[in-house]
Amino acid sequence: MALLRAVLTRLATTGVTLLGVAVIVFVVIRVVPGNPIAMMLPPGATDADMDRLRALYGLDRSIVEQFGIWLGGVARGDFGTSITTRADVLGLVLGRLPATLELALLALVLAVALGGTLAVLGTRWRGGRVEAGIDLGNGLALSVPDFLWGLVLILLFGVLWPVFHISGRVSPRLDLPFSTQFYLIESVLRLRLDLTADLLAHMAMPAVALALPLAAIIAQVLKQALKETMALDYVTLARVKGYSETRVILREALPNALLPTLTLVGVQFTFLIGGTVIVERLFSYEGLGNLAIDAVVNRDLPLIQGIVLVFAAIFTGVNLAVDLSYALLNPRLRHG
Amino acid sequence: MADGRGMVAPRAGARLWLSGLWLGLVGGAALSAPWIAPHDPLAQDLMLGRLPPGWMAGAEPGFWLGTDSLGRDVLSRLIWGARVAVTVALVAGMLTALIGSVLGLLAGYLRGWVDLVISRLIDIWMAFPPVLFAILLIAVLGTGLTSIIVAIVVIDWTRFARVVRAETLNQSAMDYVQSARVAGFGRGRTLVAEILPNVLPTIVALVTLEMGIAVIVEAILSFVNLSISTDDPTWGGMIAEGRVSVHQAWWVLVVPLVALFLTVLAFAQLGQGLRDRYDPVLR
Amino acid sequence: MSFLVVEGLTVRLRGTPHLLLRDVSLSVAPGRVQGLVGESGAGKSMIGKAILVTLPRAAEIVAGSIRLDGQELVGMRDRDRRRLIGATAALIPQDPLSALNPARRVGGQITDRLVDILGWTRVRADARARELMEEVRIPDGPRVLTAYPHELSGGMRQRILIAAAFAAGPQLIVADEPTTALDVTVQKEILRLIREMQARHGTALLFVTHDLGVVSKICDRLHVLYAGRVVEETDVPTFFRGPAHPYSAALLAAMPRHDDPGAALNPVPADVIAAVAAEVAAEVAGG
Repeated sequence: MALLRAVLTRLATTGVTLLGVAVIVFVVIRVVPGNPIAMMLPPGATDADMDRLRALYGLDRSIVEQFGIWLGGVARGDFGTSITTRADVLGLVLGRLPATLELALLALVLAVALGGTLAVLGTRWRGGRVEAGIDLGNGLALSVPDFLWGLVLILLFGVLWPVFHISGRVSPRLDLPFSTQFYLIESVLRLRLDLTADLLAHMAMPAVALALPLAAIIAQVLKQALKETMALDYVTLARVKGYSETRVILREALPNALLPTLTLVGVQFTFLIGGTVIVERLFSYEGLGNLAIDAVVNRDLPLIQGIVLVFAAIFTGVNLAVDLSYALLNPRLRHG
Repeated sequence: MADGRGMVAPRAGARLWLSGLWLGLVGGAALSAPWIAPHDPLAQDLMLGRLPPGWMAGAEPGFWLGTDSLGRDVLSRLIWGARVAVTVALVAGMLTALIGSVLGLLAGYLRGWVDLVISRLIDIWMAFPPVLFAILLIAVLGTGLTSIIVAIVVIDWTRFARVVRAETLNQSAMDYVQSARVAGFGRGRTLVAEILPNVLPTIVALVTLEMGIAVIVEAILSFVNLSISTDDPTWGGMIAEGRVSVHQAWWVLVVPLVALFLTVLAFAQLGQGLRDRYDPVLR
Repeated sequence: MSFLVVEGLTVRLRGTPHLLLRDVSLSVAPGRVQGLVGESGAGKSMIGKAILVTLPRAAEIVAGSIRLDGQELVGMRDRDRRRLIGATAALIPQDPLSALNPARRVGGQITDRLVDILGWTRVRADARARELMEEVRIPDGPRVLTAYPHELSGGMRQRILIAAAFAAGPQLIVADEPTTALDVTVQKEILRLIREMQARHGTALLFVTHDLGVVSKICDRLHVLYAGRVVEETDVPTFFRGPAHPYSAALLAAMPRHDDPGAALNPVPADVIAAVAAEVAAEVAGG
């Protein structure tokens, strides 16, 4: 019963947060100078034309009314129509979302693999030069944001050693046998591994740029948690039983060190997702982040609202998932 | 103790010196730009376009770091670009620290509905993708230095508020606060005289971090052409231009990138070094 | 023939001249219980750690020998040493809560050594685990084996640890203050259990404690330690009749008496401490 109540409270809080986001976006962009309607009409349009178009997009009503109408639409699944492309906002967003999700998840996998390995290595060879080296490299990676890493990667692998692609999501071709926008997943499922390779070659650089700051954090926090766990009695007992140092780290310490690391990593993952906005732009990757920048530059109000809300929903969703898995994985909380 | 840690320890002091040195260099360049820049950063000369830096073949004397596609001197633009970077770092950094810290202190100390409201606001703010929020705000406020500073403050105050709130909650629970109250000190006095000094090291370390972030945000905004409104050079703008011609004139991208890289690193290391030296607990 | 022979063991705090253990010698024969008594900080736990090669990084062995079943541990290669200890020795730790991995079921923490280190089959290990539950007198054994540590009481956890230690008939067990963290009511039970298991399996037991009362119940012989040095070594009946060393005598006198609860406590007198400290200092100066 207590669990149910906690879950409901969290959902309510999340709802309030999303509502708050919607309100802020709504208010902020209504203050926008620059008339998107005027941009849509041919020169020589009359005031009556403008008024008609404004009425069509509901921009002649009061802010509160507009918000109410928009909210009602959202409840029905209608996020409005994009001003620049005249297309359905929800359709546009869902069309670009899979690309960003695939990129973010690839980055997450890379970050966990790299950060985790460094943390374990640093623990296995702690107190020596290996750990000192890892700490130094970590400090470096921590202070540098994904934007800068992206630029460095463009220089290294786009210009110096052109191994990876630095632009776009996939090499231009006419035949893409995909039914969804989840290109990477589909290419694997359809066993079109040539396409998978091409996709990965395009995604590698942006994913690495996004992953490096997160990897550094994972390495630092996990290493610290491992070191604290290694000092506990059951680790000593495992050594007496005859297990090697590496096995002790992986078997005994790691499962217990993961839990405290999880919460922090979850929050940092949302930062990673936020980073897709500029990284996608940098690499001309056709994802949601790239679309978002276009939307703002073009003052496409409904599209901006839709995209921001989707991002916010993802953020809060990730936080929710992290808290949930923490509750599930902690044996004390589960049985307790 | 005879282990590898000894190798890293001396770097703690070197950390402060090196980062301070670089930042001093940047600050100095920013201040003395009109006098030390060899050329006019805005002067275009298509005949001198895409000249490589001084040590490479095909370079022209006087253009130490080469020129960009429009023939403008990279070094001069770099020096002038430092002005924008330094201004944004200092003003936005301090302001964000101030507003964020005040809100964090209030939330952590007064608790009750003040904390409830502020915490709720922080949650909502953290649900926004920061870069998108920045771009949105600039679109609303229009381009210009003031807009950038306002945008950074509006977006990033939560960084301070969260940490300062947590730290204040921590400190408020400690005995010395109880003692102060029992001794008859008012709430305001306790907050400022007792709690604040203990929260200050955290704030100081974060301020330098924030300055680094401010520089990055400005660079990103310049990159998407939403920074300052004039033709004055910014590092982000140089990077955007450099990205376009990266195959023909890589130095146009590399030079501001290196400067940005070193500056961000320096700010982070400075914060770390300050915290290591002045945190009363670590001492 | 003693299974464990320690000779002239000297352990130093790394990077300093400070000695944590000084020229300690002891031996434990199979089936015998050897006590290690002393105040906190006297170094008794350190001896156990040195034997089982779990010394903290800050400590290092500078002299002496530790022989397990005739094989010299000091200077042995890490891998071989680990294997030898894993196969022949076990530890009963002090704090049953922190000595069990909170993320794993307790059954696995008994059988893991059997399967991974000793090469038993899963089936044989599980059967042995169930047997052990009866040996250590845990009711509803099969169910307890599937429990997590936090679901069990302190006494139960210690029984699990005892079961794990005695699982494969080890030849040496180091018990590091195994009853200190337990309620007084449970202490007697656990002590009796350890004595029983030790007798049944014929294990050499090195029992570390600060409690002379415990020593009287379980040990055959005892060493008294002060500041890293053995000041007395004798069999238990002799000790309790009248110890030879003034420090030991003072320790004995310091024990609270159950038959005279109102009597004042007798701390070890300052002059005795001074005398022992002088002894130690003289030895240090002498080399």
